[in-house]
Amino acid sequence: MRIGLTILFVALLASPYLFRQQLRARDSASDSDPSAVMARYGFHLVEISKKAGIDFVHRAPVLDAKLEHIMPQVASMGAAVSVVDFDRDGWPDIYVTNSATDSLNALYRNNHDGTFAEVGQAMSIADVNRSGTGVSMSAVWGDYDNDGYEDLFLAKWGRPELFHNEAGRGFRKVSVEAGLPAWLNTNAAIWLDFDGDGLLDLFVAGYYPSEIDLWHLSSTKMMPDSFEYATNGGRKYLFRNLGSGRFEEVAEKVGLKNKRWTLAAAAVDLRGTGRPDLFVANDYGVSELFINDGGRFREVSKESGIGAAPKSGMNASVGDVLNEGRFAFYVSNISEDGILIQGNNLWMPISTNPALPKYENLAGSFGVELGGWSFGAQFGDLNNDGTMDLYVTNGYISLDKSRSYWYDYSKVAGGSSTIIHDAKNWPAFNGRSLAGFQPKRVWVNDGRGRFSEVAQSVGVTDRYDGRAVALADFWNRGVLDAVVANQSGPLLLYKNTTDAARNWIGFDLEGSRSNRSAIGAIVTVYWNGQKQAQTISGGVGFAAQNDRRLHFGLGSETRIDRIEIGWPSGQKQTIAQPQIRMVHKIREPV
Amino acid sequence: MNTRVSASAETGDPAMAVDPSRMPVPDLPVQAASSASRFKLFSLENPYFVPGFITLILITGHLSFGILESLSRTVLAIGFSIALELALGRLVLGRWIHPASAYISGISVGILIRAPMFWPYALCAALSILSKYVLRYKGRHLWNPSNFGIAAILFLAGESVGSLSIQWGNHIWAMLVIWSLGALIMWRVRRLHITATYVVSFVLFALMRSQFSGTGLESELAPLTGPMYQLFIFFMITDPKTTVQSKRGQCLVVFMVALVETILRMNEVIYAPYYALFLVGPSALALEIWWTSHKASEHRQSLPDGKAFSS
Repeated sequence: MRIGLTILFVALLASPYLFRQQLRARDSASDSDPSAVMARYGFHLVEISKKAGIDFVHRAPVLDAKLEHIMPQVASMGAAVSVVDFDRDGWPDIYVTNSATDSLNALYRNNHDGTFAEVGQAMSIADVNRSGTGVSMSAVWGDYDNDGYEDLFLAKWGRPELFHNEAGRGFRKVSVEAGLPAWLNTNAAIWLDFDGDGLLDLFVAGYYPSEIDLWHLSSTKMMPDSFEYATNGGRKYLFRNLGSGRFEEVAEKVGLKNKRWTLAAAAVDLRGTGRPDLFVANDYGVSELFINDGGRFREVSKESGIGAAPKSGMNASVGDVLNEGRFAFYVSNISEDGILIQGNNLWMPISTNPALPKYENLAGSFGVELGGWSFGAQFGDLNNDGTMDLYVTNGYISLDKSRSYWYDYSKVAGGSSTIIHDAKNWPAFNGRSLAGFQPKRVWVNDGRGRFSEVAQSVGVTDRYDGRAVALADFWNRGVLDAVVANQSGPLLLYKNTTDAARNWIGFDLEGSRSNRSAIGAIVTVYWNGQKQAQTISGGVGFAAQNDRRLHFGLGSETRIDRIEIGWPSGQKQTIAQPQIRMVHKIREPV
Repeated sequence: MNTRVSASAETGDPAMAVDPSRMPVPDLPVQAASSASRFKLFSLENPYFVPGFITLILITGHLSFGILESLSRTVLAIGFSIALELALGRLVLGRWIHPASAYISGISVGILIRAPMFWPYALCAALSILSKYVLRYKGRHLWNPSNFGIAAILFLAGESVGSLSIQWGNHIWAMLVIWSLGALIMWRVRRLHITATYVVSFVLFALMRSQFSGTGLESELAPLTGPMYQLFIFFMITDPKTTVQSKRGQCLVVFMVALVETILRMNEVIYAPYYALFLVGPSALALEIWWTSHKASEHRQSLPDGKAFSS
């Protein structure tokens, strides 16, 4: 008996090592042959930013000297990217933010020939980080005045800016006329039409409290008061569009309260009401879900299951993971081998009760849980097989590769609020890395509830500190490419090649009764007994926005039964058997 | 009759618990007969006392802050621990073991490790319980079961497992409540000197580290104010079955734990307290068992012929 127990004991001790070896063997086997990779996964990505004429490198902010010792940590965000067709030429362009004082943002216009040209300065939306006005953190596009051209909201640690698109020929700053506040410290901003009046409203959530000027601190007591239950972050703002270019702040009035450290938000109609519900991912705490009851929000975070288990929410993505016509949310968190295993969350819908949708975190069983220090993530059918894959970028601070800040970080993070709240108690970084140089994650969906991680195999091999990722068909070829903004690193453009035999279909929607950007519209494609839903977002992921055009992979299917469009106005539209392998421009019936 | 056979915090040693005659070391110090002979509600002699207290912490923490990411994972750890203990007790010892010890091991695993998967909870619980039956010296197990299981899984499966570090909200009042309650209970069960010695040692070494490394004292003291340490100083280092007998020895051992922890901390080992206890506790206990056995043997040899086995 004793010998048997000893053998069992040793076997259990050895089991993690043996399991790890088995996984490594499987992963290395999958990397070996490029043609086998294409045959196996159906796509391959190549980083071509230089070749495409993009040479943007993000610069991090430099804040008050009182924070000098932990500057890499407190200035660790700001690299954002959004996709927009600002000049309505039918080709997606790229807007990318910079975050050092006096640094320039960039707008890359698509030249239609595989290259891009920087036009941000000429269009007056590049020089937006001047001293005393704060620096850029995120940018989202939406046609707030329904003139047919996408306008730009720039979220900053500083003065938020709204730029009106002058018919694709330039931009005019209209922040003051719009009635925006003088200062916010925000990373999360999305366009949505929360009250269904056909005018895009703007949700903005603070990270640091808006009373703080990070360049002129009166006190070093500006860090979170808890690492999982912090309540001293920024407040939420909801700017209701009054028409005629003016906005009214109504957050508290419509039920959006709480001071959390928000990093991301996503809006989607979860219950078929025609009104977008609101999902908010918070750092240092739980995520939040607000149900839209006819223009008033009701928080159902706990009841829905989403408000359990506080983590470090840094991303909010929306995707129909199982082709059910229902949306899941993906929230990125922190996982570091041997130190902190929070695991990312995949909130899958488990109840369609219109009064109270319920969710369960199935990231573990779906295999999309461990993504390092994850930031931006996007769902999209990267291999055109008819299921939504997942692209996750990650990596926090890559400085000296041989020295880590993790020990000091974990030491202080576990301390009482009086200690962690004060930045002066945090040990100096001294050039060390914290969760840096991380391999990215590209998860391929098998459609049956399991994802496989294939990033290294399919060509996503960079190790920059990734922040924002956005997906778009940049060359109008019927495939989704990826653009990635890295903190203190280059903007990367991954060009996708898919198995040519796989089919696809795209939709470019324009609202009439609804907001003209059609933000909030849901398109459901039905084929061969299954269906997939996608929504047009006014900002999704972390500091990112995908192309407004929706892209559906179809695999080997050559025929679609029908599509259904749920417009934000509440109108439903059905189109039978649309032609595949093309982008359909659809205007909302009047 | 030795009072150490009674159930206690992470009781640990099933062989001793069910069969006092199997005590390998004669003439171990006997605690006050008066306290041992009477069943007291707030004492280590009450097998439900410490499990009750740790359960209270768990429930309070979960209801106030939701410290358990998943109740089902904690239930798995507890259930697995108890089931394994019962099975092994039956198979190895031929009788049913009181589940209090396994319950504490399971609940400690459920609180102290964090993993998004289920298997680490089961594996950690299994290692904790099995360590009591496999890693024995002169008939006694040496490691605090959950300390063994947690240290082992953090070391061997670090890519999948972390430890509780920032639950409990970082709020000072929650810490004060647990410290006060914990101190009161440790005083009541006469083990406060162990906790106090460790805390004083930690503070002294924190001062030293601060001076040596140039980091602020607050950051060196920060871990002590976190929830992990509240469980560590009240439940792990005070486990009667895996601490040495004498009061002075107990203080010396936890001082050594703090010293080794400081050495590990100087080398930036994140889970320094677990590993320090893992290294120091069993070494001290093994040394004590060996020394006591050696002295007893000498004593027997010094007796006149025929007297050695007379008692």
